[in-house]
Amino acid sequence: MSFARTLLAAVALALIAGGAAAQKKEVKVVFIGPLTGGVSVNGLGGRNSADLAVRLRNADPKAKYKYEMVVLDDECKPNVGVQVATKAASDRSIIAGATHYCSAVAIGTVDTYHKFGLPIVVWGAVLPDITYGNDYKEIHRVNGTMINQNQVNAAFSTGQGFKKFAVIHDTTDYGKGHNKYFSENLAKHGGTIVGTFGVTADQQDFNAELTQIKSLNVDAIYFGGLTPIGVRIRSQMEKLGIKGQFVGTSGIVSDAFIEGLGPLAEGALAFREGAPVEKLPGGQFFMQKYAEAKYAEAPEAYGAFAFAAMNLILDTIERVGPDRRKVRDALNKVNNADSIVGKITFDDHGQNTVAAITKYVVQDGKWVVWEDSEYAAGKRKLAGK
Amino acid sequence: MDAGLLAQFVANGLMLGMMYALVAVGFTLFFGVLDIIKFSHGDVLTVGTFAGFSTYLGLQALGAANPWVQVAAVLLVATGSMAILGALIAKYLVMPLKSAPPLNILLVTLMLGTVLRECVRLFFPDGANPKRFPRLLPDDAVALGNFNLRLDSVLLFLAGLAVIVAIHVLINRTKLGLAIRAVAQDEETAKTMGINFTAIVLVTFAVGSAAAAFAGVMNGLYYSEINFGMGLLLGVIGFSAAIVGGLGNIYGAILGGFLFAALQTVGAVALPFASAYKDVFAFAVVIAIMAWRPTGLIAEKTSERV
Repeated sequence: MSFARTLLAAVALALIAGGAAAQKKEVKVVFIGPLTGGVSVNGLGGRNSADLAVRLRNADPKAKYKYEMVVLDDECKPNVGVQVATKAASDRSIIAGATHYCSAVAIGTVDTYHKFGLPIVVWGAVLPDITYGNDYKEIHRVNGTMINQNQVNAAFSTGQGFKKFAVIHDTTDYGKGHNKYFSENLAKHGGTIVGTFGVTADQQDFNAELTQIKSLNVDAIYFGGLTPIGVRIRSQMEKLGIKGQFVGTSGIVSDAFIEGLGPLAEGALAFREGAPVEKLPGGQFFMQKYAEAKYAEAPEAYGAFAFAAMNLILDTIERVGPDRRKVRDALNKVNNADSIVGKITFDDHGQNTVAAITKYVVQDGKWVVWEDSEYAAGKRKLAGK
Repeated sequence: MDAGLLAQFVANGLMLGMMYALVAVGFTLFFGVLDIIKFSHGDVLTVGTFAGFSTYLGLQALGAANPWVQVAAVLLVATGSMAILGALIAKYLVMPLKSAPPLNILLVTLMLGTVLRECVRLFFPDGANPKRFPRLLPDDAVALGNFNLRLDSVLLFLAGLAVIVAIHVLINRTKLGLAIRAVAQDEETAKTMGINFTAIVLVTFAVGSAAAAFAGVMNGLYYSEINFGMGLLLGVIGFSAAIVGGLGNIYGAILGGFLFAALQTVGAVALPFASAYKDVFAFAVVIAIMAWRPTGLIAEKTSERV
């Protein structure tokens, strides 16, 4: 017994000595995203990017604090998300966080952050209500909302001659939101929706829905949902001989979509807010540092936003100190702040006003910006044209 | 609704039904010989499918590109390895708990299912993402109006039918089947008649698990996509199908499988509200049927409570 006690004392002493030796005070921040499950590629890419922001800051001799990033997995499930959000928010040593890729999770956790007063910056979820559905001072978002991407989508698709649509959306808040904003905007541009099909987020068989869509003879199928069922729907469309164009959302802009479909992914359209990484003001810098850090996974579509979110948090902590309340108030006043995704300005709901929406098409196994693609140049044609 | 469309719905439903039936047969076999519910059945299906998928990747790496050879090898490895896994589960998890309350076995297999599922997700390279299952069957298609009949679907259906017929023959026409039926009817008497009880149980688990692996590969070939969670819903549906048909009766399981697929298709097509509720509809009807016939549509002669 006495040996154990001596050992404990020694460990405690070593810890105290270690703490005293480090000159900088340690500050904890949190990253939350889907690290396992169907959309984990995006979560892992986001985590690496946020981690990169922390690493670069810790390597900076001018930084006032030493940062430690706590990483939690929300599995893209609302119930798990609320659990980990509570875990992070109730830990008073955590000052702020970059959180959530999945809208269904983010919308479920905002109340938790508000209750515990943890300021967060959303890095990937696009449902408008996350920022606009409440008056919480703790909630901010660097990426845009699904309203903008669906406006652009509707205008672009109808411009390409797709007028008659069938809509398949998952029945989470995320999919329902896409359905709502796309339907509203399509009507404005003279398109019609002849059939809307809500499906569960883990459905395997879409033959019944797609057979009905086939009989409706549509120009295009709009899909509001995430990669896993997007892969299934696109693949089953082909089996039933449906020739229409596949129009997706930011939810399918991931390498996993192309990997899951192979050649079938060719010609799929999708829309995402923000410019592609390589065209961002700080894109070169980000990609170079990311490559140097040798992460096992790619940053994916929202990595740059995760980096920007974390970096903004660190900037703010540097400025006002590690205090949740001060960080929250400072974040709310962010105006024209420099970041790798462009200037960040939060409106009174903490929403960044991101202007540009990028249009993507799959060409030869890659997501290519529409304007740079052979489709735009007229060398290739979209489906059903 | 025109005839082509109707034919398409029927064809879709039949394919679904075949897969459900193959899963349900396993549940019913296990219940028949041991009076237990094995909830890891759906996840055994997933593991079998991934075993088949790995075989394909291995063959590709070795340069054996003939699709027929690949199909045969994929099926052989998937069903063979799952037969062994099924027998192992029976020997080391289920048999030792045979005299424990049935709830224990139910829980143990439920947990085993989670372990298997998470293992696929964590240890298969990039296992959390959906995988593209190769198209190994000829994909010629005949379009008759709105009806797109594909050769690969027909082949898959016929293969599934062959498996079901084979199981039927095995149970009803062979000595082994006689032994299985004897054990199912009365364990004690079967033992006194000189039947090796343990061996029969292991064989039954092997057959049921192999059928599940077959359904998994069929699922992969049909949808061209597999993922670590595919067995979860298939397991629940297969179990419900077995219950509705009458647990312990093979024909009940097959009937239940096709009935469930029909309900889902009807739910998605004929009901005025959105297709999002098709599972709600199908399961609600299952509840109604169970209230009407608690022992299933085709009940065991001596009914037992689950």
